[in-house]
Amino acid sequence: MQKNKVRIGCGAGFSGDRLEPAVVLAEKGALDYLVLECLAERTIALAQKRKAADSMQGYDPLLERRIELLLPVLKQNKVRLITNMGAANPVAAADEIIRIAKKQGISVKVAAITGDDVLEHFTGEEIAMETGKPISCSGQLLSANAYLGADALLPALQSDADIIITGRVADPSLFVAPLVHEFGWSLDDPDIIGKATVTGHLLECAGQITGGYFADPVKKPVDNMHTLGHPFADVYADGSSIIGKVEGTGGSITLATAKEQLLYEVTDPHAYFTPDVIADFTTVSLRQTASDLVEMNGGGGCIKPQSLKVSIGYKAGFRGEGEITYAGAHALERAKLAGKIIKQRLNDNFSALRFDYIGHTSVHPSSLSSDYKPYEVRLRVAGNALHEREAAIIGEEVEALYTNGPAGGGGVRKYTNEVIGIVSTLIDRNKIQAKITLKEYEHQAL
Amino acid sequence: MSIRLYDIAHSRAGDKGNTLILSLIPYEEKDYDLLCERVTAEKVRLHLKSILHGNVIRYEMPNIHALQFVCSQALSGGVTTSLVMDTHGKTLSYALLEMEI
Repeated sequence: MQKNKVRIGCGAGFSGDRLEPAVVLAEKGALDYLVLECLAERTIALAQKRKAADSMQGYDPLLERRIELLLPVLKQNKVRLITNMGAANPVAAADEIIRIAKKQGISVKVAAITGDDVLEHFTGEEIAMETGKPISCSGQLLSANAYLGADALLPALQSDADIIITGRVADPSLFVAPLVHEFGWSLDDPDIIGKATVTGHLLECAGQITGGYFADPVKKPVDNMHTLGHPFADVYADGSSIIGKVEGTGGSITLATAKEQLLYEVTDPHAYFTPDVIADFTTVSLRQTASDLVEMNGGGGCIKPQSLKVSIGYKAGFRGEGEITYAGAHALERAKLAGKIIKQRLNDNFSALRFDYIGHTSVHPSSLSSDYKPYEVRLRVAGNALHEREAAIIGEEVEALYTNGPAGGGGVRKYTNEVIGIVSTLIDRNKIQAKITLKEYEHQAL
Repeated sequence: MSIRLYDIAHSRAGDKGNTLILSLIPYEEKDYDLLCERVTAEKVRLHLKSILHGNVIRYEMPNIHALQFVCSQALSGGVTTSLVMDTHGKTLSYALLEMEI
């Protein structure tokens, strides 16, 4: 029998998110589905690099810890898990989940979804949306991952897999898919898919709708941020939904938190592109129905796009950084002298060097504020280079300021990091063939 | 008398590549019309001119009483290759709220 209500929780909004809110949701949330959204734009390119070095790697680094905590409670409470923790290697991630299940003595069926890796389709001639130039101009291609839609997840939902693990899938599609599966909606009905996409978008950043990344102790106080609960939505067959959280968890859900999240990262509220639909956020209505409960109605959309977005990862060389702090009288003047020395020594070697005066103008220019008189200033110098040894020169020059620069500098740190760049392009959706791989472990009681 | 946006509205910054997205949401729905009148796309562009290198598009959302500003060429090249510390531009919501109207 079809349900008239489906409850979906979101227990992670990024790879580094806290572990316990998902466990609380699975234990006490009375969920049908738990979603963990753990794949940021460039994370998959880094994961592709790990996979290239070791074919058993390339999935989310926190997968083992998350699954170890969640598997027993998911099985006990019959909650199905959907997550993009597969990153560049969903099949290896499924193998890892089977390994954990064996160790814990729990039967489990895992469906890995692949098909987002479309590197073989790209020659480098394709035009990048950001630059208008061929993607090969950016640098050596490392990865190309298309954003799959809800349709790619449906076969896995129709199997009786307990856990569905994917690579690159559009974030709202992780939520749209189980709703389509449960309610029997048509993926060709843009109105209902648009509504489901709005709910998915409200949930996908987890704590960002329950008071996380919202709190301001002066104007927007939020209680008990240290035990912030993550959200769930009760979604109804007409596409409307009510966002809530587990009773007793910290944080709060209000019209204000919901509005901030509705608009988050939306470049055109009339046309929010996903592989499933072009959703319209200008017709969404939000209503606070009780404490920590916000009802979502309206929304809608028009037909899904024929092309899917592809994130291209490329080698962008190395970044070198160095930092040093000055304190007390005329700290800023000494920090600026230090910056000037580095500039004079290195300006010819780097196409662009950046000088930040932390505690003074490290994130915004001084023109945005009239009152600055720092007691201490930390100089940060950063630049990009083709090779690691060139990038390292920046940190070395900052370190040399100890005995060659202004008085009283201390606390030097220096870093070099490989830079993975990202550009976007499009691919015809007909070229994409999503695939499902099932892995199963059946526990035999002794 | 001038009002600082921080006192009557809140904001969250988002990013897509080199594009910065800033919501502006009044605490009181009655202030929505005031924000529509005073916080134009051009005013936001001028306020953030030391950071933005592109244009600003404003979307009005009377359904939730909020404005959305989409600022292009605003993130020094974008999340991955830019040399700035706040590559996502996440702190810029509070730069917008410093604006006086």
